[in-house]
Order: sequence, then structure tokens, then C-alpha cells
Amino acid sequence: MLEVKNLHVSIEGKEILKGIHLKVRAGEVHAIMGPNGSGKSTLTQVLAGNESYTVTQGDVFYQGKNLIEMSAEARAREGVFLAFQYPVEIAGVSNAYFLKAALNEIRAHQGLEELDAVDFLELLKEKMKLVKMDPSFLNRPVNEGFSGGEKKRNEILQMAILEPKLSILDETDSGLDIDALRIVAEGVNQLRNPERATVLVTHYQRLLNYIVPDYVHVLLGGRIVKSGTKALAFQLEEKGYDWVKEREPEAGEGVKTK
Amino acid sequence: MNRDVLKTPYLNAFESLQGRGNGGNPSWVREAQREAIGRFAKLGFPTTREEAWKYTNVTPIAETSFRLPSLQPQIELSNDQISPFLFGQQNWHRLVFLNGSFVPRLSRAPSGNGVKVCSLKAVFRSESRLIEPYLGQLIGRDADAFAALNTAFLEDGALVYLPEGAMIENPIHLIFISHAEAAGIVSHPRVLIVGAGNSKATVVESYVSRGGGHSFTNAVTEIALGEDAALHYYRLQQKNGNSFHIGTTQVEQNKGSHFLSFSISFGAKISRHNLNVNLAAEGSECTLNGLYLTSGDQHIDNATFVHHPKPHGTSHQLYKGILTGQSTAVFSGRVLVRQDAQKTDAHQVNKNLLLSEQATVDTKPQLEILADDVKCTHGAAVGQLEEEALFYFETRGISREKARKLLAYGFANEVIGTVQLDPIRSALGRLVFERLGDFSCLPEALKHRDQEKDLSDGGL
Repeated sequence: MLEVKNLHVSIEGKEILKGIHLKVRAGEVHAIMGPNGSGKSTLTQVLAGNESYTVTQGDVFYQGKNLIEMSAEARAREGVFLAFQYPVEIAGVSNAYFLKAALNEIRAHQGLEELDAVDFLELLKEKMKLVKMDPSFLNRPVNEGFSGGEKKRNEILQMAILEPKLSILDETDSGLDIDALRIVAEGVNQLRNPERATVLVTHYQRLLNYIVPDYVHVLLGGRIVKSGTKALAFQLEEKGYDWVKEREPEAGEGVKTK
Repeated sequence: MNRDVLKTPYLNAFESLQGRGNGGNPSWVREAQREAIGRFAKLGFPTTREEAWKYTNVTPIAETSFRLPSLQPQIELSNDQISPFLFGQQNWHRLVFLNGSFVPRLSRAPSGNGVKVCSLKAVFRSESRLIEPYLGQLIGRDADAFAALNTAFLEDGALVYLPEGAMIENPIHLIFISHAEAAGIVSHPRVLIVGAGNSKATVVESYVSRGGGHSFTNAVTEIALGEDAALHYYRLQQKNGNSFHIGTTQVEQNKGSHFLSFSISFGAKISRHNLNVNLAAEGSECTLNGLYLTSGDQHIDNATFVHHPKPHGTSHQLYKGILTGQSTAVFSGRVLVRQDAQKTDAHQVNKNLLLSEQATVDTKPQLEILADDVKCTHGAAVGQLEEEALFYFETRGISREKARKLLAYGFANEVIGTVQLDPIRSALGRLVFERLGDFSCLPEALKHRDQEKDLSDGGL
């Protein structure tokens, strides 16, 4: 589904990703772990189509298409979804309206009819139960005044409604208490099926107790330096990232300016 | 150029009106008119050298020659022709004025229990004493040149008079239509609203155009609110792009009275609304909100002045503007808190969104606080759409173009959401969308608005 080949990315002349290789097949859940500054968020932003970043080398294929050449909105319509680490607050546009606009864009792209208000509300209510969100959040402007946990749940709600093929979750677990974490994980797990894939970016192993990944990758200094199964996450939890650094000295100490 | 020349057509027009006997105005009105033309002759049109007009150049207005409408044959208007101006509300009370003249045939007004909603001309004929303490008194002797001109040329206008305790449920809509096919016309609409103690009403003023001809509307509204009276006042300026609009709303509030104003400026080539509120007695309260949208080479100016002479007064202001093209806008908000006005609560916010590189806005908060135990804040902001927010929309499949419109709408929605009158709130939403450009998902959005009301109150 997703194939990242030798991806180099820089922002404002500073190279952040230095040759990422990653292959995600339908049905799989991949966890990408790494310390702060290793390039995790950059990878998610680039996959979602943030044009502030420059791809200097390498390729990304999504369902056989060259992802880098696609606009962010085209990627979303083709089924790529990014749950933001810091979801943006949108004043004056209600959550319900925003979700409906997004869903109908994607449906139109798929050649489906727009959902009318009644069917949309029906869907919305069902999905809100999934993330245990109070209906009052629907009239509130998108993310405005939401707590950190509410924002993360709202991202999962969007994901549940848009039903992407490839979900990329950027630090969705950060700042969540254990109950919120469980709710978020449940939302993700419900969406798991053989046609969909998930890339989880996380700092801690904790989330992986709830969302069990098929593969775990360690991102260090802009490169994936180690890949393995869930067991790798436990080793990291136990021994810390320094353990990988010692074993993979070429990984460096983090982002360096070229 | 000698600016005195610019006054001449107006001074001459006044002379010829005098010759016609000022349309039968009572003597006290004629006296005020003579005084006013004298004041205008003394002041002349303001220049950008004056602080209050620093950012608004009215020379194009002064240099254009206009005819007074009474010298033109009246045009007939049908009910259908005014329906676009009614917010879909056939059952609202309304007074319709065409080029300054009252059109009884298109109007429907409440009456009884001492309530008077009628043309000023009608009151002049029957009981002018009723309004003598108010008309021209509220705007006062320090009226600016435009307000003085309005008084000088006062022929007709609207009266809303609510005696003690009167409550009018249905909004009263005052519609001022400029209709100019070829020759430019000038009109000086005048409104007087008197809400005696404990009265309650909603008044909507619309300034609109029919046809694309150029016109100049120079409006004055005087409002007096008695003890514990409440007035909701909506003012919509939606003239065509060839017209000029200058308006002053002068408000005097008595003890415990409540005034809510919403000033909407979308139209005209050059437009200015002065809103002056005097919280003349203890515990009076006003909320002044506004929304302006400019495009092309439009210029829209909002100047508010809130005077707090007495203790325990409250004023809240929220004005927002969206600018595109090479348009310009001005917000100047003066708040004067006198030494006696302890426990004053005064807030003012002005926010502007620039959607183009060429648009400019001048925002000028001006707080003068002479009392020491007060709560006063002000804030002004000028910004553009955030890249971060646009990207967020895009990652949800929404195009950049649509995202821009939705974000701009969202920006306006903060203030649109304060409109309590449903038909105006939804009309505003529609107008904002129209101005932001063709927006394909709009009809859908609005169509479903009512059904979703329980979920998405306050706009989208």
C-alpha cells in the first residue's frame, strides 16, 4: 500500500530525513518510534503533503501512485489520513459542518452521492459513541477550546467518519490519560481490517499495549535504524533509545545540519 | 483647489428648497435647518487633515454633483421589487422610502396604545410637539458637516415612537432605497427612534440600491432610550458599488437602558458609519457589534464613540472586517470614561482579515480613561489566513480554495453568531458567502442549516 524509498527531506535547507525506507502492506499496523528530534513528525507531515517540507531525494508510492506528486487534498481523497499531533483550532466553523464538508468531498471523489443531513447525523452519532464524545462537541467550532485529549479524540472521530485506507497517527497518545488512551486505541482498533493500514508514530511504548503493531521501526537521526516486531518496543522501553544508538553508531545524535 | 467651491451646490440647493417652503416643515424644524446649513457652510466637507477623517477621503463625494430627488419624477415600485430587501419577512412592520420619500403603499406599520411608527412628515403635520425634544436635539449642535447637511435637507424620514412600557414583538424594518438610473441623486434619510421607559423593540435599517446608478445617501438616526428601555438596532448598508454612503447613529441612553447595535457594511464605493453612544445615566449598557466586507476598490469606515459619563456603565464592542482586492477599511473606536464613571466596564475588539496582499486596514482604538476604578480593555488585530489551518483542511480532502472561504466565513461567524434575529443571521451568512465568491457547497450548507439547527446553532 505504501512504499517509501530512500526518502530525503529538508526544511529551510536543513535535512531532517536522510534516507527512509518503509514498506506498509494492507492490513498491517506499523509503529514508528524514536526520541524527540529524530524526524518522526516530519515523516508524517511529508506523507500528508505538507509543502513546507522539500523532498530532495527518493520516492513514495501509495497504491502504486507517486504520492509526492499529489496535493494534500488529493491524498486525502485517495484515502490518506493524518491524525495531527497538534490539531488546529478553526474558529467559527462547527465540527459537524467541517466533518460533513470533508466527508462529502471524499464521497464525491469516490463517485458516491453526498450524504444528506439526516444520514450524516445518523453516521455522526454512531461514530461519536465510538470515541465517547459528547454530542455538544458537534456545534462547537473545530477543536476550539478543546482539551488536549478532546482534540485527539476529535482526530479519531474524523478518522472513523472518513474511513481512510492509510491512517497515520502522529503522537496521538501524547498527553492522554489512561482512559482517553483506551478510547483512542479502541477507535483505531475498530478500523483495523485487511484493506486498511495504519502507521503509528509514538515516543512511548504505552500505546502499543492497546494497539498491537505488526512491525516496530526505530527512527533515529532521520533514518530507520532498526526494525522488528512488537518485542522491539519492549526492548526500547526497557533499555531506552541509547541502546539502539550504541548498537547503531552511524545513526548519530539526532538532526544535524548539512 | 478651493474647497469652498464644493459647498456651493449644497448651499444653492438649500436656497431653492427654502423658496419652496421646506415642504411644510414646522417652524422649529425650519429654524434648525437654517442653523444646520450655517454650520455646514462654516465646516465644509472634512479633509484628511482632520483627525476624525484621516483615513477617509470624502473629496470624491464632494466633487460629484448630485440632484435632490424631489426635483425628479418619482418612480413606481411594486411589492415584488422590494421583496429582495425584506429578509424573507413579509410580516415584519416596515416603512419604505424611495430616494428619501415615504411610500405608504409599500409600508405596513403597527399602531395603537400610543405607538407611532410613521413618516416624519406625517408627524410634522399632526403632532410635531411630540418629537420636538428629540429631533435634532440628540445629534446636537456639534454635529459634523454631514449630519448638519442631513438636518438642513430634512424633508422626510421615519419615526419610531414607543411610549412608556410599549413592547413591539415584530421587528420594525426601515428600508431606504436609492434608485438612480442616470443622473446621480442625493438623499438625506432621517430616523428618530424614541423608546420611553421600559419599552422594548427591534428596529432594522436597510440602506439599499435599485439599479446601478450612482447615488449619495447621507443618513442620520437619532435614538433616545428611557429608563430600562431596550432596543435592538440592526443597520445594513448594502448600496451598489457606484454609490456613496455616510451615516451617523446618535444614541442617548437613560438609566438601566440596554442598546444592542449590529452594523453591517457591505456596499458602496465609499462608506462611513459613525456610531455615537452616550451612556448618559447610571447602569446603562450597550453592545456594539459590526461586520464589514470590502472588495475591489471599496472603502468602508466605521467610527464608534462611546461616552461613559456616569458610574456602572457597560459597553462591549466587537467589529470584524474581511478585506479583499485593493480595498481599504478603517475602524476607529473611541471610548471616553469620565472621572465620575467609576465601575465602568468597557471592552472593545476589532479584528481584520486580509485576503489579499493589496488590501489595507487602519485600526485605531482610542481609550481615554479619567476614572480610576474601571475595567477597560481593547484589542486590535490584522491578520491573514494561517497556512497551518489551510493545510489541516487540505488533509481532510477540502480544497485550498474552499478552505480559504470556510476559514474566512469562520472568522466572520464569531460576530454573525451574535445576531439574535434569525432571518438576519442567515441572510448575513449568505451575503458573506456570496462575497467570498462562488461556493459550490453553499446551497447545501444553508438548506440544511435549519434542520441541523439543534446541532449547529450560530452558523455553520
